[in-house]
Amino acid sequence: MALLKMKFPLQRRVRLAQGLWLLSWLAVLSGAFIFCLGVYLKTELLRRAEVMDNAEIHVVPNILMLVSLASIGTNWFAGRVCQDSLDTTRFPRWKRFLMGWFAVVALLCSLLVTAVVLSYALQGRLEESLKVGLRNGIRFYRDTDVPGRCFQKETIDRLQIQLRCCGNTNYRDWFEVQWISNRYLNFTSKEVKDRVRSNVDGRYLVDGVPFSCCNPESPRPCLQYHLLDNNAHYNYEYQTESLNLYSRGCRQALVDYYMELMNTIGPGVLSVILTQITVAVSLRYLQTAVEGAMALDNPEDDSDGYLLEKNLKETIQDIKTYFLILYMRNKINLESDDADAAEKATAS
Amino acid sequence: MVVMKMKFPFEKRVKLAQGLWLLSWVATMAGAVTFTLGCVLKTELRRRAEVMDNTEIHVVPNTLMIVGVASLGINYFAGRICQDALDAGRFPRWKNFLKPYFAVSCFFTVLMLLSVIMSYAMKGNLESSLKIGLKNGIRFYKDTDTPGRCFQKQTMDRLQMQFQCCGNTDYTDWFEVQWISNRYLDFSCKDVKDRIKSNVDGRYLVDGVPFSCCNPSSPRPCIQYQLTNNSAHYNYEHQTEELNIFVVGCREALVSYYMGLMNTIGVGVLSVFLIQASVLVSLRYLQTAMEAVAGQENTEIETEGYLLEKGVKETIMEYLDPVFKFLMLNKVEEGEATDS
Repeated sequence: MALLKMKFPLQRRVRLAQGLWLLSWLAVLSGAFIFCLGVYLKTELLRRAEVMDNAEIHVVPNILMLVSLASIGTNWFAGRVCQDSLDTTRFPRWKRFLMGWFAVVALLCSLLVTAVVLSYALQGRLEESLKVGLRNGIRFYRDTDVPGRCFQKETIDRLQIQLRCCGNTNYRDWFEVQWISNRYLNFTSKEVKDRVRSNVDGRYLVDGVPFSCCNPESPRPCLQYHLLDNNAHYNYEYQTESLNLYSRGCRQALVDYYMELMNTIGPGVLSVILTQITVAVSLRYLQTAVEGAMALDNPEDDSDGYLLEKNLKETIQDIKTYFLILYMRNKINLESDDADAAEKATAS
Repeated sequence: MVVMKMKFPFEKRVKLAQGLWLLSWVATMAGAVTFTLGCVLKTELRRRAEVMDNTEIHVVPNTLMIVGVASLGINYFAGRICQDALDAGRFPRWKNFLKPYFAVSCFFTVLMLLSVIMSYAMKGNLESSLKIGLKNGIRFYKDTDTPGRCFQKQTMDRLQMQFQCCGNTDYTDWFEVQWISNRYLDFSCKDVKDRIKSNVDGRYLVDGVPFSCCNPSSPRPCIQYQLTNNSAHYNYEHQTEELNIFVVGCREALVSYYMGLMNTIGVGVLSVFLIQASVLVSLRYLQTAMEAVAGQENTEIETEGYLLEKGVKETIMEYLDPVFKFLMLNKVEEGEATDS
């Protein structure tokens, strides 16, 4: 008893082949679209690679790019098959490939689903990676004279300006790090000497932030230094001041940005999965209908199309027996090889 | 004396009509491209409208948009005419239409060229508009509590950060203006009182700049205040310091940005102009070649096509005659009216 059997008169078969040909080209285009999305996501991740500690999140765009390239190939193949499907002399040569094709398509769809799931599941890892990367960026902010770290200052400044954020979790991260290089500190000055002595590591810590934390929406000129000292500035209370600096931390800003990007890409990928499944189902119906028609006396008669020849249980049973026979055959081969080897050993 | 005569055997006429039909579709798309370029330029100018004093420069994108729309119409008719051209029965109905059509088309094609020339000619106009606009922006920077001016601070800050520039001509423009509002000045403090007394208008002037002038590429944390005082900062010499704040003035930065944009657009518009001109020239040749066939029994004879029947001067006079007659008639009527 076949699964989801449908009758296919000649007209319907022809229509199915034509529709499938159009659909396969649509699927090729959507594969190209997903490739572009993957490239875009990868580019965006690479742009901020300096504030990321590891590249684990890159698995999402990589999967998208690989799968989209493969899907372009499979859909082009589907188009070729349905071009030949109505010609009884040319169709049989595609017969052997079709089983493998269905397996490949199933694999591609599951990979796409995995990519979408990963894009949400890896959010925690992304956040960790950004936490470490930003911490290093803030730590090495002052090392503009150290090769390999000299661009950290510019990177962090431009990041804070572009994403409108300050620090790792918030602006107070700048208070815990010496971000002003010793080259610009007057060590003969009393104030500097006091500050440096006031902590164990001898660091010059200030309750101030770099200029890139300043919020242009503030009605007053930006206050960068002595942020925790209400007396240092006229008409200033740090507990209630909210517009002076950016209140968001850069980690949160970056995670939000990337999650928004992946949320936009997600529905596109899901629609491509649906298109691919539709192509696969249509091709299965076309294959079974055409094969049924070729087996009839008059090839232009009605034939049956189905998804599975027997129902689900029996098909699974069939597959199991197939693999069991394969395994048994291998076992027998191995045993006979061993026996031969043993005979040869005793003979020599 | 005919201008640029060419022989047109039947085959050539057919090829001309077919080529012209394709070319008219290309020109239609080119017209749409011109319209889009005009919209892009207008959007970019509107984005920075707050630092421009007048909108005279908007004549360039407006012209481009008008020309783009007009060329859609021109090329549509060109396609229709050349579709009918090879049919001796249908071609005559376009006869009366073609003279004004060519006049209008030439006008709009020349207008396209004019818009490109204008975009270069109006550079000085743009610069003076920006000069005034930026001066006002810097003057009203502190008025974040005055309705109508409260966004000047944010506009100037974002402009300076985006275009990596400082001030109008350069950063010293900030020294001449009080950009720190009185609301944030402690008038009981000696330093504040001294500064205010030190100038005639009682303004609090500092040799400092807003944070948006700071250059992220600088190796040291930004120095915003006391810029001309070398002893105020350790290891600092303002004469040799060039990475601390942006050295380019915002007027120069904006002018070079818009000139770059107009250069790119100008190249596109010039190529559209060439396509449009070739459509008109081909259509003229097709028209004159087909007119010679009209009334003949054998429609496959060889005919001659030309651009202008008489010389250039005479043709211009011919076109302007009706315009003059109209004006003269008006004058004569006015004269009669005043007499009586």
